[in-house]
Amino acid sequence: MSSSTIVSLPDQSTARVPKMNFISKENGLLSWLLTGDHKRIAILYLVSITFFFFIGGALAGLIRLELLTPQSDLMATDTYNKVFTMHGIIMIFFFLVPSVPATLGNFFIPMMIGAKDLALPKINLLSWYLYIAAGILALYSMMTGGVDTGWTFTTPLSTHYLNTNVVSTGLAIFIAGFSSIFTGLNFIVTIHKMRCPGMTWFRMPLFVWAHYAASILMVLGTPVVAIALVLVVLERVAGIGVFDPTKGGDPLLFQHLFWFYSHPAVYIMILPGMGVISETISTFSRKRVFGYTAVAFSSVAIAVFGFFVWAHHMFIMGISNYSMLVFSLLTMLVAVPSAIKIFNWAFTLYKGSITFETPMLYTFGFMGLFTIGGLTGVFLGTSGTDIHLTETYFIVAHFHFVMVGGMLMAFLAGIHFWWPKMTGRMYPEKISQFAAVVTFIGFNFTFFPQFILGTLGMPRRYASYPPEFQILNVFSTAGATILGVGYLLPLLYLTWSLKYGEIAGENPWQATGLEWQTQSPPLTENFPAIPIMDHEAYDYEWLEGQKEKVASVG
Amino acid sequence: MSDSQVVTGNEVVVHDAAEGAHHEHLPYQRHHFETYAQQSDATNFAMWLFLLTEIMFFGGLFTAYLIYRNWYYPAFVVASHQLDVVWGTLNTLVLIISSFTMAMGVWCAETRRRRGLVISLSLTFILGLAFLGIKSIEWGEKIEKHHVPGFHYSLQTFLDPASDPKVHKEYPKDQPLRLDMARHTEIYFFLYFAMTGMHALHMVIGVGILVFMIVRARAGAYTTGHVTFVENFGLYWHFVDIIWIYLFALLYLISRHP
Amino acid sequence: MSEHHTPEQESPEQHEREHHIVGPKVYVVILFGLLLGTALTVLASFWELGILNPIIALAIATAKAMLVVLFFMHVKYSTKLTKLTVCAGIFTFVILIGMTLSDYMTRAWGRW
Repeated sequence: MSSSTIVSLPDQSTARVPKMNFISKENGLLSWLLTGDHKRIAILYLVSITFFFFIGGALAGLIRLELLTPQSDLMATDTYNKVFTMHGIIMIFFFLVPSVPATLGNFFIPMMIGAKDLALPKINLLSWYLYIAAGILALYSMMTGGVDTGWTFTTPLSTHYLNTNVVSTGLAIFIAGFSSIFTGLNFIVTIHKMRCPGMTWFRMPLFVWAHYAASILMVLGTPVVAIALVLVVLERVAGIGVFDPTKGGDPLLFQHLFWFYSHPAVYIMILPGMGVISETISTFSRKRVFGYTAVAFSSVAIAVFGFFVWAHHMFIMGISNYSMLVFSLLTMLVAVPSAIKIFNWAFTLYKGSITFETPMLYTFGFMGLFTIGGLTGVFLGTSGTDIHLTETYFIVAHFHFVMVGGMLMAFLAGIHFWWPKMTGRMYPEKISQFAAVVTFIGFNFTFFPQFILGTLGMPRRYASYPPEFQILNVFSTAGATILGVGYLLPLLYLTWSLKYGEIAGENPWQATGLEWQTQSPPLTENFPAIPIMDHEAYDYEWLEGQKEKVASVG
Repeated sequence: MSDSQVVTGNEVVVHDAAEGAHHEHLPYQRHHFETYAQQSDATNFAMWLFLLTEIMFFGGLFTAYLIYRNWYYPAFVVASHQLDVVWGTLNTLVLIISSFTMAMGVWCAETRRRRGLVISLSLTFILGLAFLGIKSIEWGEKIEKHHVPGFHYSLQTFLDPASDPKVHKEYPKDQPLRLDMARHTEIYFFLYFAMTGMHALHMVIGVGILVFMIVRARAGAYTTGHVTFVENFGLYWHFVDIIWIYLFALLYLISRHP
Repeated sequence: MSEHHTPEQESPEQHEREHHIVGPKVYVVILFGLLLGTALTVLASFWELGILNPIIALAIATAKAMLVVLFFMHVKYSTKLTKLTVCAGIFTFVILIGMTLSDYMTRAWGRW
């Protein structure tokens, strides 16, 4: 591995974490539980989502264990149904949706635009409490019998044919939805109204643009799944017939309302990750992001087009041929802005000065795996091929490539990139690079065989399968074990680094961006005085000029 | 105070002089905002975004309504005759007038008329209660007639219109429905209860907040320049009124010709 | 870059806001408009106009809603951002209803 690195740390013998920062400002549990400080709320979220991630991960481990053998021998099939349902619900609603926005977004959006806090700090705190309430309710549902409908709650299975905890889980997701709505609402208001002097829209980091687009989706899309879940609850409780064919209802109505949110939800999940990638790819190529305007507008385009394609999840469910045609065509369109981003990031790398610190390793992993995942999405968007591939492991592989290979890698890239800023300490580089590589290898072993399994015809959501599929399943489970190690390592060394990591200083990556021009960890009010933005985004010449002016500070 | 304002009563333009105040914080300005204007702009925008979420929330119900109305039109027509158009119209008038009183309340807050504000808010509150009262009368009637879906729902009035003399007199031409179409009236009533119920829930929340506001208004909290709470609540109240305008048209006025 | 913030350098959003106060005369006019619309829509429902019935009812409801939005909710006197926000909400609402209904309208097994 090349030993060139852009890391520039202060002299460790004399450096100290700054005495006055947002963590040391106030002590005591209540000062954290009643805080309005966006940075503290971000940390609260980080701890919470990590907790839920490992629960979801344990459930994934159970799935893969069961699938080692063709028979359903580890657990009863009903139990298996509960395991994959809870895995999906926890990973999507309690990890992926809040992952980057509620942690890195909350922490850094105000800093990136030069503000003291988000526009509505109390709403921000409320958002976290709603998340926790939802999480507790979901865990309670899980422990008192679980849900086995699949995370998609398809009717009439969920309304008429099952007696599991559909109502309480549905309500948990409803509450989590409002947590998400309030986060998005806060971001939109902040980005419109709280930019510091000189911070025009096109000088903001692309991380902010990505969150703006995702927030639009959160605000406009989430209420629809909320009402869909309310209707499911009412149907179960009162049996009114809105989704019951025997009473004249249409089960497909639920799916329309559910997917109207759940498709934009995948963009809610991925856009913030793409925002992270813009930041890391620029920093570790020492080059401004190629085609800033295209990347900014493509984020908004993904958000807008994302609303027009939801029925591509329903091709085999009974929608009309006309709908299949229209939604399939529109799905082709929505792939274009994502591709624009990949091209722009690739051109950012071209003639850049590339180094391979951990965030960049995760970034490269993202580029490759998200591209594969995205391309397979095109196969699925084509209604003709979707008829054969849907509800097979091809879909499972597709969404894990984009969500785990894409989004989770971007999340880890972001955590490692901004760890020094949030904590004032560096993580240990060698072991983290090792963990990144292990993750990449483990991921490919786990999920690539699943594409093959899908095309061979193995259906999803089944505990047992024909014996000829076993070898690929064993591969996949072996990969999952490696992947698990790769995810466990950061939990360990990042925690270790809180006490023993090297002091990071203001700007260990020599990155542009307002958050890097102040101390690590930041002050509670972020900046000693409101900054004035007088240069373009990703302006490395300006950064050189700054370095000549200012002596480095420990 | 360096404000300059000319109050004529109707068209008024007031320039915020906050820019000359540097970091002089008005008592109701939060510290993460640079100016009061920024704060009120931001909170106003935030309320509009919240209303967008409400549009989409009710949107799901409207979608369901439109689909089933078109699938089961005869059932919807006959079922809607069970709703009293007098009560519905009265409720619509009540809400429209309450929107007017709420708008007047905002004007009073803006022009620092404390008594006027308290009166406007109190009238809005009373009208809101009146709406809820009328609604509970209507719901009570439905419950008596066993028209609540899922709870001993009765098809009798739809299979045999003569068994309901009051409605039958108004709509003598209503034919008895076939059994399967009669069953679909249950979907109409489900949507009726879901949509008016969701609306009523929003009204209850609004009425509750009004009580809080009246108490604060009497103490003069909203007539010293800090009008955003009243303004933003006004937006919420008008939005709930707009939802009712559509509910009235869709649920009560499907086809009332005898 | 860390110079002290001075008022002249405030970003555009923090410029003084022209605060247009809408007065009672406007509100009274709008109130009568709404009352009139209500009377009209109730009357229209008593006439047999076939397919026009729902169209007229929705048209009158939309007109009333617009009066409330523009005048009671001050959108007519609001910033472009507010107007854009309202349009974005209506647009998304229309997409939801329109595209979902288009599926139902084109189904062979529907009731249309």
